[in-house]
Amino acid sequence: MNTQLNMEEQLWSYIDGTVSEEEKSFIERLVATNAEWKDKYRELLEVHDLLNNNLELDEPSMRFTQNVMDEIGKYQIAPAAKNYINKKIIWGIGIFFITMIVGFFVYGFGQVNWSEPGTNSYSFDLSKIDWSKFFNNTYTNIFMMINAVLGLMLLDMYLTKRKRKLQETSPH
Amino acid sequence: MVAGPNDNEIISRVLRGETQLYAELVKRYQSFVFTIILRYTKSREDAEEISQDVFVKAYRSLADFRGDSKFSTWLYTIVNTTCITFLRKKKLDTQSLDNEKVFEVADSQDSGFRANQVEQKSKLRMVNEAIQLLSPDDAKLITLFYKGEQSLEEIGNIMGIDPNTAKVKLHRARTRLKEKMEKHFAAEVKDIMN
Repeated sequence: MNTQLNMEEQLWSYIDGTVSEEEKSFIERLVATNAEWKDKYRELLEVHDLLNNNLELDEPSMRFTQNVMDEIGKYQIAPAAKNYINKKIIWGIGIFFITMIVGFFVYGFGQVNWSEPGTNSYSFDLSKIDWSKFFNNTYTNIFMMINAVLGLMLLDMYLTKRKRKLQETSPH
Repeated sequence: MVAGPNDNEIISRVLRGETQLYAELVKRYQSFVFTIILRYTKSREDAEEISQDVFVKAYRSLADFRGDSKFSTWLYTIVNTTCITFLRKKKLDTQSLDNEKVFEVADSQDSGFRANQVEQKSKLRMVNEAIQLLSPDDAKLITLFYKGEQSLEEIGNIMGIDPNTAKVKLHRARTRLKEKMEKHFAAEVKDIMN
């Protein structure tokens, strides 16, 4: 069954011309020497020719083009996405989130006491967490500073772009 | 081959304000788009409504067409997404896009479709009726490859799949079509093969 399927797939690829030169000569040799391959090839080629020559397209109503043109009259072509999606902003957002994740990892690993032997217990009591530590920590402060700088950079990029745009559109 | 300005020239001119030229693109691709959609809906009214929606969407997003693929490939991508969205929204009388069992049921119900007419059927009718017995995805693949002038790579882009997957799917779709023809048009197939 698998051999049959494999033979069909190889023959279809050969008919479509998507095989390498090496595979092509291999299949050609099989078709020329093996009766089973020859019959299957003839059969598939027949289907291929039927599809090539007999497949029909349906036509919509006569008024179709006019209907579309009437409909598009109500709309305007939207500006290209690249004009309003600034790649730098996307990169900025990406950097922001990566920094956040890295920051949390650094902080998390910073909290681990590596010298203490591990336990098998994974019990975790939320009420016992000292939340004040999270916001009075040097790592957290550095992390917040980086985010603030990134935020300012993004704002600067946005304002620069707007300024440039205004200069371009203003009359000389 | 299409006469007149090529697709990219038309698009540039439409973007420069010659909106009426868009009609040329509609005329060029309406039957391809309509046929592919008809593979899904089976209702001409719905197919026409979806086709219209596709051309309007394409028009509105025309500035986003970068020209790094053929316009037809880009358009068929819109056909693919619009069709699926529309069918989900309207819950038309079609089954899951991948549900081939439904079409097996359809096969068993259409015994009147074969027998007495088989002898008279032309190759043309045989192929076009057999293709309607396939699942929409299979029928669409075959239509894109044989009529939409799309390569396997382009079909992969349209359907959001790897070109190799598209290749295997196309092979299987043609094998299933061959089985349908053998089952429903046995006499015709025998004539052709001999």
